[in-house]
Amino acid sequence: MTEVTVRRRGRLWRRFRRRPMPMAGLVLVVAFVLLALVGPFVTGDPSAQDYMATLAPPSGAHPMGTDDLGRDALARIAHGAQVSLQAGVLSTLLAMVIGIPIGLVAGFYRRWLDPIVMRLVDVTLAFPFLVFAVGLAAIIGPSLKGVVLALGFSQLPAIIRITRGEVLAVREMDYVAAAIADGAGDGHIIFRYVLPNCLSPLIVQATVAIPAAIIGESTLSFLGLGVQPPTPSWGVMLTTAQQYLSDAPWLAIWPGLMIALATLGFNLLGDGLRDVLDPRSAR
Amino acid sequence: MSLLEITDLKVGFNTEDGLVQAVRDISLTLDEGEILALCGESGCGKSVTAMSVPRLLPPDTTRLSGSIKLDGRELTTLPEPEMRKVRGKTVSVVFQEPMTSLNPSFTVGYQIAEVLRRHEGLSRQAAAKRAVELLELVGIPAPARRMKEYPHQLSGGMRQRVMIAIAVACSPRVLIADEPTTALDVTIQAGVLDVFRDLRDRLGTAIILITHDLGVVADIADKAVVMYAGRAVEQAPVSELFANPRHPYTLGLMSALPSAAVDGRLAEIPGMVPSPMSDPDQCAFADRCRYAQADCRASRPPLEHQADKHLAACFHPGGQS
Repeated sequence: MTEVTVRRRGRLWRRFRRRPMPMAGLVLVVAFVLLALVGPFVTGDPSAQDYMATLAPPSGAHPMGTDDLGRDALARIAHGAQVSLQAGVLSTLLAMVIGIPIGLVAGFYRRWLDPIVMRLVDVTLAFPFLVFAVGLAAIIGPSLKGVVLALGFSQLPAIIRITRGEVLAVREMDYVAAAIADGAGDGHIIFRYVLPNCLSPLIVQATVAIPAAIIGESTLSFLGLGVQPPTPSWGVMLTTAQQYLSDAPWLAIWPGLMIALATLGFNLLGDGLRDVLDPRSAR
Repeated sequence: MSLLEITDLKVGFNTEDGLVQAVRDISLTLDEGEILALCGESGCGKSVTAMSVPRLLPPDTTRLSGSIKLDGRELTTLPEPEMRKVRGKTVSVVFQEPMTSLNPSFTVGYQIAEVLRRHEGLSRQAAAKRAVELLELVGIPAPARRMKEYPHQLSGGMRQRVMIAIAVACSPRVLIADEPTTALDVTIQAGVLDVFRDLRDRLGTAIILITHDLGVVADIADKAVVMYAGRAVEQAPVSELFANPRHPYTLGLMSALPSAAVDGRLAEIPGMVPSPMSDPDQCAFADRCRYAQADCRASRPPLEHQADKHLAACFHPGGQS
């Protein structure tokens, strides 16, 4: 088992490695994850204030400069990466954990469940995201938890639709007919035959959803609906930065650049995965 | 009592254009260790007849009547959970398309072991051990290594053998093979037929072979049912059928067989199969039959004994007037 799985993964990896843009994406994503996981331990306290150096430009002591309260921008970027990573990964995970089972069941029991589920999805799609986020913030208070819930919920329709579409295609495959002929029950067919053969587009969707959620977190935090100061988040940093745009432009440039790079990385990686996982693409 | 008894089987499908009657009044029996060929051209109802046994037809649109008894047990009214225990254990199926009938996400060994664990309650290790034996049985070299491979790493013939290994894993009483050799090279076809013969000899499995290839029928089957437009037009032991074909449709099929001895154009049967929507009271083959006379269009010829165990539905069997 392991030897062959390794060989199969090895082939996918060789196909992936030859492509420069996805590799650049992978490097960016790895750098982002490292920054979020290791960065906070290296850079020190993001709330430590240095009143002798407020709005200081980048220097040896503060490589990215300091903000209006004299806090080190690098430390805040690193801690903000942690918030962004959490928001991106947790909200996508939430949407997948809820959306994939719903999509599986809807697609598999197409006759009686599918119409109901899909109309509910249409209703959800018609609901404006920001209105929902504001409402949620009003109920449970602005926090990372609220951000994750709002972003996860907003991704749900896409996940359900993609899963259902794949299920509709996979359930018509000969190997599903063969499984029925071998006496397999519905549950077994769904989890052993349908789900594993639906995963590729969902993996690609995750690489689209995570950067969208990172931007979403920044947006909500920028608007004051998400992570609250003094907790550092790239969105919160941008809110502060806009007051000092002419005096300390670096305060806006760093978080903006980080958001752009993290998003770009995930999107490039996703494009590469799409190419590699699609059996129709050239080997 | 025979192992499998199908009596007056009628199968229709509800479509947007109305009821399409695919099978009309088929009756046949199958004994242990017997190989039965269902032959006829595309759409004659041979697959539908066979798939009625494990009830693999779409449940919402199928209209089925008649009786299917396996070991004396009526299958048409069996509750679905009971039927699931029959599928893959007592009655199993080998499908036509070896390239797409295996789950691409799991190793072939896992897929064979899965059936054994489901129906025989074997442990993971015992099932894996048995899977190696099964791969050996169907003639796959280096079975222990092949076990760990994924379907995309195997050739079509290999995959078909894996499919057969899955189908026979639980020593079924009846094996249904739907055009098992059509998608394969001729050299591999012979090997697959040998596997079937071997199974019949070793396990006493009764086999229903769905085919339009009379060469395969002559090669392996004990008896044959020739179907046309949903009905059996001729039923006989294979040696008798080939020695003494009675129905003009069977004659037409035999003369349409390519042969190295005859030069020139392949004999064909003129005309088209009648629509399954209408069923006038006449011989369905009359419009394509060169021996047809007025009585063929006046009423439908019944399936009658021509000789011992030899049935044909024709007023002018063998072309006599």
